[in-house]
Amino acid sequence: MKKHHVSTTINGDEVDFLCETSETLLDVLRDHLHLTGAKEGCGTGDCGACSVTLDGVLVCSCLVLGVEAEGKEIETIEGMADGDELHPLQRKFVEHIALQCGICTPGLLISARSLLEKNPNPTEEEVRFGLAGNLCRCTGYQNIIEAVMDAAQEMRGA
Amino acid sequence: MTEMKYEVPTSLDDAVALLADGKGNAKVLAGGTDVLVQMHMDLIEPDLIVDIKNISELRQITKEKDGYRFGAAVSGVELMDHEDFCQTWPGIMDGVSLIGSLQVKGRASVGGNVCNASPAADSVPAMIAAGATATIVGPKGKRDIPVEEIATGPGQTSLEDGEIVVSFFLPNSAPGTGGAYQRFTPRTEMDIAVVGVGISLTLGDDGVCSSAKVALGAVAATALIAEAAAAALVGTKVDKAALDNLAAAASAACKPIDDKRGTKEYRIKVAGVLARRVALIALERALGGKE
Repeated sequence: MKKHHVSTTINGDEVDFLCETSETLLDVLRDHLHLTGAKEGCGTGDCGACSVTLDGVLVCSCLVLGVEAEGKEIETIEGMADGDELHPLQRKFVEHIALQCGICTPGLLISARSLLEKNPNPTEEEVRFGLAGNLCRCTGYQNIIEAVMDAAQEMRGA
Repeated sequence: MTEMKYEVPTSLDDAVALLADGKGNAKVLAGGTDVLVQMHMDLIEPDLIVDIKNISELRQITKEKDGYRFGAAVSGVELMDHEDFCQTWPGIMDGVSLIGSLQVKGRASVGGNVCNASPAADSVPAMIAAGATATIVGPKGKRDIPVEEIATGPGQTSLEDGEIVVSFFLPNSAPGTGGAYQRFTPRTEMDIAVVGVGISLTLGDDGVCSSAKVALGAVAATALIAEAAAAALVGTKVDKAALDNLAAAASAACKPIDDKRGTKEYRIKVAGVLARRVALIALERALGGKE
């Protein structure tokens, strides 16, 4: 079967890959590029565990075809920490114990970063709305919301 | 399994030619939030995917002399980020902002919402109430039709092979016009409408409603235009009696089914309740928030 040759940028690195039309960006990230941070929870855009940004826009990578990544800039959880130094959101997730099983965590962190880029000083309601596309079945969300609010405060330098 | 091809045309002519050659088993890809789910669930197995996002006419939001035009593949987030559009068309944005999560809205388009032809599509009743038309191109040329003429049943449209929706046109509203859309869902976010109601109404200088349009979603095979419900508002100051008549007429217009989201009786009742609430929001907007 003829494959597509796709050139893209992932976490600032130029990346080339081959994929079939039917493969999603999530399939490509996980199975071809071994970037397994993004998870497949549902495969239908309901759970947000596969969240990445595509040219700066928050998307579910399960709802993007791999071939659509041509010429695009993709950011995944693997690019969030700076070497060994965690992003403030990651650090606050640890401090607030904002996770249990961890499946939803990469998607939540990507969504939270995207939210704070647009709105550095969100209300609790805005955080809840901004993360509504990310389902967590362990925590009940409270610690996640607190972690994001705390990280936002730190990132504002307050 | 035959090989699934993928094409990214950059012109409408190329897209139409590709789709016409596809002979019915080509699928248009805009945001993909329905198409990829249908592929994932093996509901569709297209031979060809035609990605229309690189065609400029489908991606623009343009203020024209007589109204607003926006491309069928413009995403929900692109509309939400367009301040003037949001201020001009709050009723449309009521619907658009309810479509899925931010992740979904980052991709999903009104064109896709209309062409997926779900009876519960959140952008559709508000678009109908606002008098939106769709510009369609195909092998036989270009045509403009009212948005309500696209969906013909669940998942079915009036589009012929090779035709695509290019853009939507929202004609300028008369002064004193307000539009709104609300839906009822058991949860506040990330759910599918049990009933949706879109209303646009125009008030004269005397505060009397001079024209109205009411569209109901999720209560029939396609979004419905409830003419009797609109007539209940015209000639009134949208007072209690008018709202009672509106609610009764909206309920009477419903032709719903029973499903997991609600029974027929429940949908009929909720349509009336919701129509009343939506009319009050539209009224407030028509008054310019001065009330």
